[in-house]
Amino acid sequence: MKSYSLFRKDWQSEIRTRYAINALAMFILVTISVIMFSIGNEKLSADLTGGLLWVVIFFSAMSGLSRAFVSEEERGTTMTLHLIASPSTIYSGKLIFNLLLVFLMNLVITILFSMLFPSFIIKNFLLFTIAFFFGNIGIAVSSTIIAAIISKASSKGTLYPVLSFPILLPLILTLLELTKFSMEGNSVAASQVEIYVLLCYDVIMTTASYLLFDFIWKE
Amino acid sequence: MTDYSVELKNLVKYFGRRLIFDDINFKFTAGNIYGISGPNGSGKSTLVKIIADLISPTRGNVIHKAGDKVVEAEQLHNHMGFVSPYLYLYDEFTAEENLIHFSNIRGKKFQRDKAVHLLNEVNLFERRNDLVRGYSSGMKQRLKFIFALLHNPMLLIFDEPTSNLDDAGKNKVYELISLEAKNNLVIVASNERADLALCKEIIELEKFKR
Repeated sequence: MKSYSLFRKDWQSEIRTRYAINALAMFILVTISVIMFSIGNEKLSADLTGGLLWVVIFFSAMSGLSRAFVSEEERGTTMTLHLIASPSTIYSGKLIFNLLLVFLMNLVITILFSMLFPSFIIKNFLLFTIAFFFGNIGIAVSSTIIAAIISKASSKGTLYPVLSFPILLPLILTLLELTKFSMEGNSVAASQVEIYVLLCYDVIMTTASYLLFDFIWKE
Repeated sequence: MTDYSVELKNLVKYFGRRLIFDDINFKFTAGNIYGISGPNGSGKSTLVKIIADLISPTRGNVIHKAGDKVVEAEQLHNHMGFVSPYLYLYDEFTAEENLIHFSNIRGKKFQRDKAVHLLNEVNLFERRNDLVRGYSSGMKQRLKFIFALLHNPMLLIFDEPTSNLDDAGKNKVYELISLEAKNNLVIVASNERADLALCKEIIELEKFKR
């Protein structure tokens, strides 16, 4: 309940300041436009569109998800949070906020991809939904803890993608594979190994994040 | 009166190689006002931040107790109110929205009556629905006192409590501090003589340098 209250505070603040939403929307718009202009009349292969989807998702996440903690640090309200909530409440609240942002952002990107790229056809929708769901959780969990780490650094903008890349790489590779399978029409049973890898990633990152956050949060 | 106490045991703080203070041993008990004084850069804010568990000491311990029970770091925020010039509230919310959010995040019901009483006390009631962005520095400072007092804490830490305040504001703060000290533990870190005049005992940080 406390985490939900923190999420509500963040969401109301986001609606008023548009700190993350504007950055995410602009980034999605610009990257998809650049891809559209660069391919011109060329027809992209299905594999390539599936790959591009996660490239756009990765970089969009890098442009907006760090805001959960960076905005607090920039406004000087980090100490205020220290004084009203325990570290676990803060991490959970920020995670709920990032989960909502990731799901909204990735939903918009996926809808735009299916509208603008004719080769982006999902044959096994269930498999894609599973990958999408657990992939989004993985992205939100990882980007939240990395945002907490980099919020204390001086070069936040550069550090975020640099630090995120090795941590998100196993997740992105698995998601690429599962997207390819779902576009080829593979069954869920045939993609079990990748789904388990995805689940393990989410569990490991969530556990590690909760364990590490106390140390990261306290100066 | 509450039975809250804070014990500093062999407290040492370094920033890099620079010693801030060395071997502080002290016990604060409820019902009193304690002062922390020293020139600029002597470590007053550092010490109150360590007491509030916002930063860690290099060596030593701070033990918070409510009666005989040790207050865990995880729960400290519910027992403590803190005011300082480097504390910022959310500019994009009104004063009342800030207070409602803080109560909800603490997991406590928003006490509207107490909030109205405190808003009246610090002369902010008429401006309670204005965005904090539009407040003067003195008004923001007064709002911080409501932030510190609304959840009925047993420990109150005031770092430079009268900064940015006019004479009327300062007098109101002294009144609030004296009132709170009847039941709770109050720690004031300041250079102002008038602030320190309220204190029963004063830790002079210059004495804790090697």
